[in-house]
Amino acid sequence: MPDDKRVAVLGAGMHEWGKWGRPFVEYGLAAARDALADAGLGWRDMQFISGADTIRNGYPGFVSGATFAQALGWTGARVSSVYAACASGAVAIANARAQILAGLCDVALVVGADTTPKGFFAPVGGERRDDPDWLRFHLMGATNPTYFALYARRRMDRFGATEEDFAQVKVKNARHGLANPYARYRKEVTVDEVLASPMVADPLRLLEICATSDGGAALVLSSLEFARRHGGGAPLVTIDAVSTVTPTFPNTVIEMPNFSTDSAAAFAGGSDAGGAGFRPSIASAAYAEAGIGPEDVSLAEVYDLSSALELDWYEDIGLCGEGEAEKLLRDGETALGGRVPVNPSGGLSCFGEAIPAQAIAQVCECVWQLRGTAAGHQVDGARVAVTANQGLFGHGSSVLLSR
Amino acid sequence: MAVPTRVPAVEGWFTTGGDGAAPALLGSRCEACGTVAFPAEASYCRNPDCESSAFETVELSRRGRIWSYTDARYQPPPPYVAADPYVPFCLAAVELAAEKLVVMGQVVDGVTVDDLTVGDKVELVVDTLYHEDGCDYLVWKWRPLAGAGGGED
Repeated sequence: MPDDKRVAVLGAGMHEWGKWGRPFVEYGLAAARDALADAGLGWRDMQFISGADTIRNGYPGFVSGATFAQALGWTGARVSSVYAACASGAVAIANARAQILAGLCDVALVVGADTTPKGFFAPVGGERRDDPDWLRFHLMGATNPTYFALYARRRMDRFGATEEDFAQVKVKNARHGLANPYARYRKEVTVDEVLASPMVADPLRLLEICATSDGGAALVLSSLEFARRHGGGAPLVTIDAVSTVTPTFPNTVIEMPNFSTDSAAAFAGGSDAGGAGFRPSIASAAYAEAGIGPEDVSLAEVYDLSSALELDWYEDIGLCGEGEAEKLLRDGETALGGRVPVNPSGGLSCFGEAIPAQAIAQVCECVWQLRGTAAGHQVDGARVAVTANQGLFGHGSSVLLSR
Repeated sequence: MAVPTRVPAVEGWFTTGGDGAAPALLGSRCEACGTVAFPAEASYCRNPDCESSAFETVELSRRGRIWSYTDARYQPPPPYVAADPYVPFCLAAVELAAEKLVVMGQVVDGVTVDDLTVGDKVELVVDTLYHEDGCDYLVWKWRPLAGAGGGED
């Protein structure tokens, strides 16, 4: 792997996920202090702070980098604040990595945290008739689970996925998250319990749809040179690639919060409507950047906004071919002890989503897995880990790590 | 009792039909490359190889086939305006063959997911989305065609 694309992860820290309604800054601060302690560094050592923004917590959330810097105490560190919906954390990582790889700084702190309202995510306030996210609620009553359910039904129709398969994803992830001290839900469930939970958006049930959570996650990243000077006991984990790709035209899979796909009609060589979409391009860009492939991956943390969506990701990150995800699941390959465990953290299923923190939390989990310190949910001999996620309106994100 | 005024819930996205004309979604067609978009684009073409900003308004196909579908068992949050008491409804993503695009919409009242299958033929109608202050606010919806599934488009 070429060293000119790699940065070291010196520290990882998280605040537990839950639902307390306290200021998001508290969660971010706790995660940042944990990450700094993990790195054996102080806040004054940080030359750059990269914040992942939250849009439901007023102005401080829109300038999260500065908000966290102020909470830690002004030091003059350079700052970036970025919003990219669910991919915000990955873009915050990408910004810090770019600063480090460009030689503009040696060591940086990345922080994301959120406080979330109860229930379905609704659009932010105000009447905004030019915003598709406002309009999809107003004109169709289309919530986020609406879109997850369209994908789930499509899997059932195309590949013969069953409600039991979707429930098995939940059962697996619930088991994975049992020993994770940062997970919000730590309770085993059975297939019967999942299938007995209320239907929300057919064919998806309450226990299969990710909740919204409070939480915070942080990383300390540095150049390889800085990491060598700094030393430290733990095996060195590096970020080897970060994909932040956008879709390619014509994007023929319906994407939240849109009303329609692109039209492929006038595009020479374009696929038919309903053909290849955005999601498969996300991790493949990360693999290409690192010069490895999905066969090298020991574990994956993917965005299981619904149980069914996790199956889509198996194919989209190359763990199996199209239509083979159900078999991979049924064979136990993606459970702890299997060939390539997926969401050993418990995933969104056990965490719920704390939007700007979530992509950072995925990376924290990979760091602990690669160090071999994920007590109770460790993937044996993990060497390469991949994360995948997708932010509203076309923000792809995938991070590749190795030790 | 006064007849409610019928008002589109969004301006310029669809025709309401009447006088023998069937309702239709209104999209844009790029005058340079032919790319169709819904809702209509007014200022830029989505095709990365096209810099045109000239569009004509086109009516989209009124019939398509279900790409996927679901329902909304719980009342969506505002700005959705729900009936009281809330009545669950279905949604469908419908593939329009000529335009090679998939467009979403609610399914007409009285249809449940048990009535739907991927690939079923549906037809566009204009129906009431909600009532407010003596007005019926209208939106497009999909209606399954009788004997859906088979036959020509």
